[in-house]
Formats: sequence, structure tokens, C-alpha cells
Amino acid sequence: MVDEATRKSLSGIPLLKTKAGPKDDPKLWLQRLKEEYTALIKYVENNKAAGNDWFRLESNKEGTRWFGKCWHVQDMLKYEFDVEFDIPVTYPVTAPELALPELDGKTAKMYRGGKICLTDHFKPLWAKNVPKFGIAHAMALGLGPWLAVEIPEMIEKGAVVYKEGEDKK
Amino acid sequence: MDTVEELKARVLELENEVAELKGTSTRGRIDKMSAEVVDSNPYSRLMALQKMGIVKNYEDVRTFTVAVVGVGGVGSVTAEMLTRCGIGKLILFDYDKVELANMNRLFFQPHQSGQSKVEAAKNTLQSINPDVEIEIYNYNITTVDNYDDFVSRLETGSKTKGQIDLLLSCVDNFEARMTINNACNAIGLNWFESGVAENAVSGHIQFIIPGKYACFSCAPPLIVSTKMDEKMLKKEGVCAASLPTTMGIVAGLLVQNSLKYLLKFGDVSTYVGYNALEDYFPTMTLKPNQNCDDSKCIKKQAEYQLYIKEHPEVLIEEVKEETEVVHEDNDWGISLVESDPTNEEVSEETSLNLVPGLKVAYDIPSKPLKESHQEVELDDDAGESLDELMNRMKNI
Repeated sequence: MVDEATRKSLSGIPLLKTKAGPKDDPKLWLQRLKEEYTALIKYVENNKAAGNDWFRLESNKEGTRWFGKCWHVQDMLKYEFDVEFDIPVTYPVTAPELALPELDGKTAKMYRGGKICLTDHFKPLWAKNVPKFGIAHAMALGLGPWLAVEIPEMIEKGAVVYKEGEDKK
Repeated sequence: MDTVEELKARVLELENEVAELKGTSTRGRIDKMSAEVVDSNPYSRLMALQKMGIVKNYEDVRTFTVAVVGVGGVGSVTAEMLTRCGIGKLILFDYDKVELANMNRLFFQPHQSGQSKVEAAKNTLQSINPDVEIEIYNYNITTVDNYDDFVSRLETGSKTKGQIDLLLSCVDNFEARMTINNACNAIGLNWFESGVAENAVSGHIQFIIPGKYACFSCAPPLIVSTKMDEKMLKKEGVCAASLPTTMGIVAGLLVQNSLKYLLKFGDVSTYVGYNALEDYFPTMTLKPNQNCDDSKCIKKQAEYQLYIKEHPEVLIEEVKEETEVVHEDNDWGISLVESDPTNEEVSEETSLNLVPGLKVAYDIPSKPLKESHQEVELDDDAGESLDELMNRMKNI
């Protein structure tokens, strides 16, 4: 089930309303993209206010390809990773598949290309909330909990090591 | 010292090995399938189906084009079976590479590691049967960049440059299945969905004729229940398990029903589940959902209703399929997955008439949720342009 912290951050993210994907009417997709950005900005602001700022994202002009950084802080050290994903043609009925390519092969909790292995709860929850959930929700419900569990484990195993100067970037 | 004979034998051996590695064909093409029973005829046992009266015209198999999407544990074996059956043309889609971690499954070999799956498959399949035309696409069908090409291949990929005859989904994820569903509903292409559970001990095939049977969007995915408490399933440190046995069985069911459909023999199953722990195979027919999420499915349903109005005779054949499902004891623990507290709406129980041993992956609300409060939240920013929002996000 979804833990209390995740539920709290989820509840602070505005819900989206336009059910449109990149192959639908361009006007509707533009509207959806605006909603996506609005929700993401609000989510990042919430995170900052709560002292838990943990990612940045941006997209190409069409909003079909997203990329950015996410990070995990442990023992005062910041571990940063590139995050990227495509918006599938069936979006928002299906969620985007979030990927951390540089961690591909370092953990079993990943599919090809560094796509993170989500919990059994993610997809049912997403399906129930179409089209209200967007990218911000996928980050909060998918990537956030994944990083919290997998990164400490990878650090412990030595699969992820701290890189000097990462904090300054 | 080796004799000349020994050396010659060694050279031949090595040549064969090279041929195998290169995937070079060991026989020429055969123009017409022969029913002659001789050691050198690769089609004699298939043409025997015709002689025995099982199939009316086996040779028709050469006219068909089948797309296999996903060339993994199920898809590669599916493609091999169709190749050995002498299918006319295969179009393979996959964007993955062969890895040593795939070696618990059939078909691919260790020396193919690193090659793209479609390329490696083409080499092997072509050497097994050079009569089959094989076209490959090494890309992800779910992305905006590739989707249009994917659809156009389905529309114009047949041997006569028309729509292909059948698509077989052998993918391992929901996104790709939805993409296939979307494409097949759009162009009216019949397809089989297949899958093996991540616990490796159950699987299924499902036949989808857009408008006639439930599409992949009509209902939540069905799960073959395995009596095992799913909450007990250990998923620590792993994503998915797989067995060559389960995958081989599902591929067998998939191709068997494809052949029955294409060559018109026997009854084509619309859904076959496979519970490996008990060797139980639930079957059923799923009617389309009149409130399906996909408008293209609704459109196809209307077209189908019109068709049967004009051709009432087709229904006579289907009386068998319509027989009411009898619910027996609930031995397989059919139950709906516990609803999540973040979504308080109580959803209607799905009225799918599932046979024992099957359940839906999750329940979805049958009615759209109230949207009053979210409008307020989003309207705050309605005036901002996308560029402004993008900039704000960048400078946050």
C-alpha cells in the first residue's frame, strides 16, 4: 500500500482534468501539457517548502520527451541521477515509464534501459485515476518511493558511489 | 598427422558452423509446397494435415502475413513455430537486445548476446525456413516517433501490400498492449493478446476482434488466479520470474489458435487461461464493454452490430459461444483486489461473468469521478502560456 508520506505529497498535487495524449487534438494536448506543468510546479514548490526538494524535469517543445535530474541525500551526501522518459501514445491511460539509464544493470529492480520496476500498487492506482494523475503523480507515487528504497541499498552494495562535487552542480 | 579425409571432414564441420553463425540458409527456396513424403521435403508432415482432412487447404498458410510484437520468451517461440509452419510473411517488432539473462527461455543462443532480438531472430528463422519473408523493426512502438510507422506497417505490410492478416502481441507490459489495442481498434485488425505472469506460473491468450469481442481497454486485464496469496509473493530484489515451460505452453496455445483462425479449422478460443500450479485452463468469451474507454472500440461495436443485422446467419455459428457461464464453487479464490484508500470512490463490481479461476487485475470506477474541486485548483494558472510555464519550471 501507499505509505503515509507518499499519500501526503500526493494530496498536495493538483489533479489534472484534460484527457488527451500526444496523438490527440493538438489543442487538447496543449491544454494537458499546461496542466502537467502547473501540477509539476506546484509539486516542486511543495517539496521545497517541506525541505524535501528531490527532482527537476523539463520537456521538449512538444512535451513528448522529458528529462531532468533527481537526487537522493544520505549521510549529508547528495547522489544525483539523470531521469528521462517518453510520453506513450496511449497517455494518459497508461503511465509514462520512468527511467534512470545510468543505473541500468546495477539493480534487479529495473527493466531494460533503466526503466524502474514499480510496485504492484502503482498501475492499478494509476488506472483508477485516469486522467486525473499526471507526471507529477507518477514521480510522487513511482520514482520517489523507488529511490527511497533502492538507492540506500545500492549505496550499501557499492553499486552507487558518491561523486565529488555533485552537490555544487 | 591428420589424413586429407579427416581434414576435409573438419573443413565441412567448420563450414557448417560458420553457416550456422551467419544464419546462412542450408537449402534453397521452394516455390510450391509439396505433399510428397520424402526426407528432403520440409512440408510433407504439414501437407499431411490436408491429406488427413484436418485442414482444407494447408497451402494457404503461405498467403498470410502475421506481425509478432515482442520477440522475447513467448514471441520468439511464436515466430519460430509460424516459420516452421511455412507462414507467408512475418513482421517482427522489438527494441530489446539478446542478453545472457534470457537464456532460461527458448530460442535465443548465448552467442547472440548483444545482437538486437529482431536481427538475431531473423537470422535464425531465415535459416530454418528461407521461404518465409521476414521483415524486422527494431524500435519501441509506444513512442510518438514510432507509432505512425508501426500502424502503417500493419496497414500495408501484407504480401499484397495491404493490411496484414493477424497480429500477435507477445509483449511484457501494459503500455505496449494498450498501444497495440489502440492501433488494432483504429484499423480494425484482429489480434491475439498473450501474456505470462511475473510469477511465471500462469499465463493466457485472448483473441480480440475489434467490435465483436472485448478489446484490451474494455475491462481491466484478467489474471489467472493461482491460489497463492499474491501478498505472500516475495518480490524483493527481483522484477519478474520466468520459465521456458510456461512461455512455451503459452506460445503453443497462441500459435495453435492463430493457425485455426487463419486456416479455418477447429474452434478458435477467445480466451484461454493457464494455471501452471494446477494444470487448469479456464476458457471464456468476453463481450465488448458498451462504455469502453476507447471511442474507436465503441465505433467498431456499432459497425459489428450493423453487420450482424445485415448478416443474421453469422450468429447461428456463435450460439455455442453464447452459452451461459455456470459459476461453480469458488475454488480459485476469485476476489477483487483490495481497493486503495487514496481513492475512496466505491466502484461497481465488474459484471464480466468471469469463470472460476479468473479475476480482474484491479477494479476501476464505472462512472467518471466528480471533477468540481480540481477545476478550481487548475484555473489559477489557466492564463499562463506553455512557454511561461516551461520557464517557470526551469527557474524554480
